[in-house]
Amino acid sequence: MIDLIDVHKSFNSKKVLEGVNLHIERGETMVIIGGSGSGKSVLIKHIIGLLQPDRGEVWVDSKNLGTLDEGALSELRKKFGMLFQGAALFDSLTVWENVGFGHRQHRKLSDREIREIAKEKLAMVGLRGVEDLMPSELSGGMKKRVGLARAIAMDPEILLYDEPTTGLDPIMADVINELVLELKRQLNVTGVAITHDMTSAYKIANRIAMLYQGKIEEVGSPEEIRNSKNPVVHQFIMGSSVGPIAAV
Amino acid sequence: MHWVEVLGSRTIFLVEEMGRVVNLLIQSIRWALHPPLGLRNIFKQMEETGANSIPVVLITALSTGMVLALQSHIGFRRFNAESLVGTVVALSMTRELGPVLTGLIVAGRAGAAMAAELGTMKVTEQIDALTTMAVNPVKYLIVPRVLAGLVMLPILTVLADLTGIVGGYIVAVNILDANPVVYMNKTTEHLELDDIYGGLLKAAVFGVIIATISCYKGINAKGGAEGVGKATTGAVVLSSLLIIISNYYLAAFLF
Repeated sequence: MIDLIDVHKSFNSKKVLEGVNLHIERGETMVIIGGSGSGKSVLIKHIIGLLQPDRGEVWVDSKNLGTLDEGALSELRKKFGMLFQGAALFDSLTVWENVGFGHRQHRKLSDREIREIAKEKLAMVGLRGVEDLMPSELSGGMKKRVGLARAIAMDPEILLYDEPTTGLDPIMADVINELVLELKRQLNVTGVAITHDMTSAYKIANRIAMLYQGKIEEVGSPEEIRNSKNPVVHQFIMGSSVGPIAAV
Repeated sequence: MHWVEVLGSRTIFLVEEMGRVVNLLIQSIRWALHPPLGLRNIFKQMEETGANSIPVVLITALSTGMVLALQSHIGFRRFNAESLVGTVVALSMTRELGPVLTGLIVAGRAGAAMAAELGTMKVTEQIDALTTMAVNPVKYLIVPRVLAGLVMLPILTVLADLTGIVGGYIVAVNILDANPVVYMNKTTEHLELDDIYGGLLKAAVFGVIIATISCYKGINAKGGAEGVGKATTGAVVLSSLLIIISNYYLAAFLF
């Protein structure tokens, strides 16, 4: 479904990705873990074409993103839904207008129909009666859930999660994790999440990949990662400041 | 670093920056020709840029017309040409002060708002969110603002011209004891339609400059609140400067 082949990316002289290779199967949830500043966000932005690699290729659904023109890339993006770290809700629009944004832009539906769809998607993430609120009136957890409702609004095939549980209390983080699992069961989507929250990673992942020094250090099932002998992976999942990974 | 190097790198940066602004403008024109245009969004921007700027434009134009009458009266009295005050006010307002003052006010008000809003959208990933939802940010965010600038600046300028002339009339007739009939005759006698059209054309150009520069600064904001602040200041300074500089060339070219 998604293939990253030898992806390199630098910003000015700072090398962020230095030959990432990763294959993501249709229907699985791949969680990419790594320290702050390890390039996880840069990696996920390559998958949806927000960034282009300096070298290497990104394939989604048998299409090489680098060879697509603007229109084709835009069409391909309709298969995606993305949950941003800070939810990235449009702050000049109400909750239902946010959730129904894709429908308003791409489908000829009346306001009433869009509102109904938005209500239904909000119910899927456990929110009711918030349609007319503005994003500034929502708590952090609610914003994430509205962001999730917006991400699933157009029935995507692939869902990208940028740090879905960061900044939430442990209980709200678990609510989001449960939602991610529930949405996967209901919609059968392929998921890619980046996180440094290991509780979340173990819970939602089919496979976990660790990004370290611009490359994928190890890929495996949550069980394999948990039992990894690789000192880098071991240090990271144990959350230890002693080991090969230097705290910056 | 040697000063020649500094000068060189600054010049290259400036030229590149201008290239990127022009590129953004070309993209906006291209997307403006791709229907549907999203009228709801365009009207919202017209209200923001135009309607909401009316009070401050009117107050500025009224005061300017008044002071212009006062000052030119003092000058003209020295060679007994007080009757030309109306002509001077009308020509100055329509050819220069109407469009330039309106441009500067809108740059400070609506231009700053555009840069701050788009800058905040950029740093909170709302612009990335648009792209991931297969919506082109230039078409959705920038085209409505450029169109609003293009349409609303000339409309605001018409209001500024009229208010300025009224301000001049009030001072000349009520304070300086000018004959109202002579004053109005002198106002219209030497005023040609081309004076007004030229001013309005300039205003349209200023509108496009303000919107393009402010949007460019906004969508290129980096970092957090500080980045948005810098983008906003940069937008107001650069668009005001470009209005003043381009004003000369437009005047030389148009009149």
